[in-house]
Amino acid sequence: MIAHLLLHLLVLLLFAPLLPGVIARTKARFAGRQGPPLLQPYYDLLRLWRKGFVLSRTTTWVFSAGPVVGLVVPLLAALLLPFGALSAPLSFEGDLILFVYLFALARFFTAAAALDTGSSFEGMGAAREVTFSCLAEPTLMFALLVLAKLSGGLSLQTLFGAHLPAAWGSGAGPALGLILVCLFVVLLVENSRIPFDDPNTHLELTMIHEVMVLDHSGPAFGMILYGAALKLMVLGSLLVRLALPWNSGFWLFDLLIYLGGLLLLAVLIGVVESVMARLRLVRVPQVLIGTSLVSVFALVLVLR
Amino acid sequence: MSDVNSVILLVVILLNFFTLGSARLVACIRAVALQGALLALLPVTVHGFSGHSLILALGAFTLKGLFIPWLLLRAIREVRIRREMEPLIGLVPTLFLGVLATVAAFLFADRLPLLLEHQEGLLVPASLATMLTGFLLLMTRRKAITQVVGYLILENGIFVFGVLLSTAMPLVVEAGVLLDLLVAVFVMGIVLNQINREFATINTERLSALKE
Repeated sequence: MIAHLLLHLLVLLLFAPLLPGVIARTKARFAGRQGPPLLQPYYDLLRLWRKGFVLSRTTTWVFSAGPVVGLVVPLLAALLLPFGALSAPLSFEGDLILFVYLFALARFFTAAAALDTGSSFEGMGAAREVTFSCLAEPTLMFALLVLAKLSGGLSLQTLFGAHLPAAWGSGAGPALGLILVCLFVVLLVENSRIPFDDPNTHLELTMIHEVMVLDHSGPAFGMILYGAALKLMVLGSLLVRLALPWNSGFWLFDLLIYLGGLLLLAVLIGVVESVMARLRLVRVPQVLIGTSLVSVFALVLVLR
Repeated sequence: MSDVNSVILLVVILLNFFTLGSARLVACIRAVALQGALLALLPVTVHGFSGHSLILALGAFTLKGLFIPWLLLRAIREVRIRREMEPLIGLVPTLFLGVLATVAAFLFADRLPLLLEHQEGLLVPASLATMLTGFLLLMTRRKAITQVVGYLILENGIFVFGVLLSTAMPLVVEAGVLLDLLVAVFVMGIVLNQINREFATINTERLSALKE
C-alpha cells in the first residue's frame, strides 16, 4: 500500500517536468529552431531551487502559501487518479468531486497570493484566471458525469476502469469522442496554453496566468513551475486513459503505454500551440460555454 | 453501418451548434455546405447501394453541398454583404437555446411511436434537432441571407427525416423537395438583389419599418 503510493508519486514527480520540455521542443521544431534540451525544465527547477527568496514588505503568509498549495494539490489529486491502467492508491465513492475541487482550492490560493501583493496587474490576472476557470469547470464536471454514467460508479478508479474499450465500441462511442475533445479544451485552459493563454507572453495586459506569478522568485517560483508541470500531467492522465484505454495485464507495459500517451499528448499540445493564434479575450468565454454545452449534449447522448 | 450513421448525424448536430455560435457569415455557409454534403451520404449508408439511393445521394450532394452554397457565396460577393451575422439576440444565448432545443428533440423523439428499427438510432432526434436549429436561425438573425441559411438547415432536417422513408417514398417526391429548395433559394437571391437595389441594405428590420 505504502510502496504503491510512493511509486505512484515517484512516477509523477520524475516524469512531469519532461512534458513542458517536450512541448517547448515541438514548438521550436515547428518554428525551424533547434530548441532547448528536453531536460531543460529539470535544470530550471534546480537553478531556481538554489536561489534566494525576495519577498515584498507588503505581502503576508498568504503570498508564500500560494506556491506551496499549488505544488501539493496536484500530488493529492494524483493519488485519486489511476495512471493509465495502473490503479489509484486511494479510491472512494465520490472522489471525483474532491478531484475537481482540489484544483479549485489551488486556484483560490494562487489568486489569493496574487491579490496579496496589492499590484493592480496581478489583480487583473487573478480576475481573468478565476473567470475562465469557473467557465471551464462545468465542462469537466459534465465530462466526468458522462463517464460516471457509463461506468456506474462514482470513483475515478471505476470511471477510468477496464470497461472503457467496450464503451468505445458500443453506442456511447460518439459521446466519448465529444468529451475527449472537451477535456482537451479544459486541459489547455487549466494549464494556460495557447489558444486561451500564452505561457511565454511578457506583456502584462494580455497575460492571464503568468501575471499572477510575476512577484514570486527563487524556490517559490520553482514550486509554481513544478506545480504547473504536475498539473499538466495529472489532467493529461484523464485524456490519455480515455484515448488509450487498454489494459495489457503487465504493469510495465501499462506504464509504458501511459507514459508514451503522455508524450504524444505533449507533442499534440505543442502542435496546437504552433498552428493556432491566441483567441481574443472576449472570445474565450464563448468557446468555453460552447464546450460546456457540447459536454451537456454528450451527457444527453448517454442518458437516452 | 449504424456506426457510420451515428457519426455523420453527430457531426451534423455539431455543425448546427457551430452555425448558431459562429459570428462569421462565410463560415456559416461553409458549415451548411458541409452539412448538406454529409447528409447526402445518408441514403447510401442507411439503405445500402441501389440505383434509388445513389441518385438521391448524388442529387442532394450536388444541390446542397455544391450548388446552393456556391449561389450564396456568389450573392455575398455580388451584393457586398457585410460578413458578420448580426444576431437579434446574442450568440451565446442562441447557442443555449440551440442546445435546449436539441435536448428537447431527443426527449421528444423518445416518446414518439416509432417503428422498432428507428427507435435506437440518432436519425429521428437529429432531424428534429436540425429542424429546430433552422427555425432558431430563421428567428434570431437579421439579414435576409442568414434567413436563407436557416431555411437550408431546416430543409436538411426534413431531408434526414425523409431518409427514414426513402424506400417507401418515390424519387419524384424527393426531387420535388430539392427542386422546391432550389427555386426558393433562387427567389431569395432575386429578392436579395432587389432589396439591395431598393434600400441599399438587406437588413430585414428595415423592411418592417416600411409599413409605418
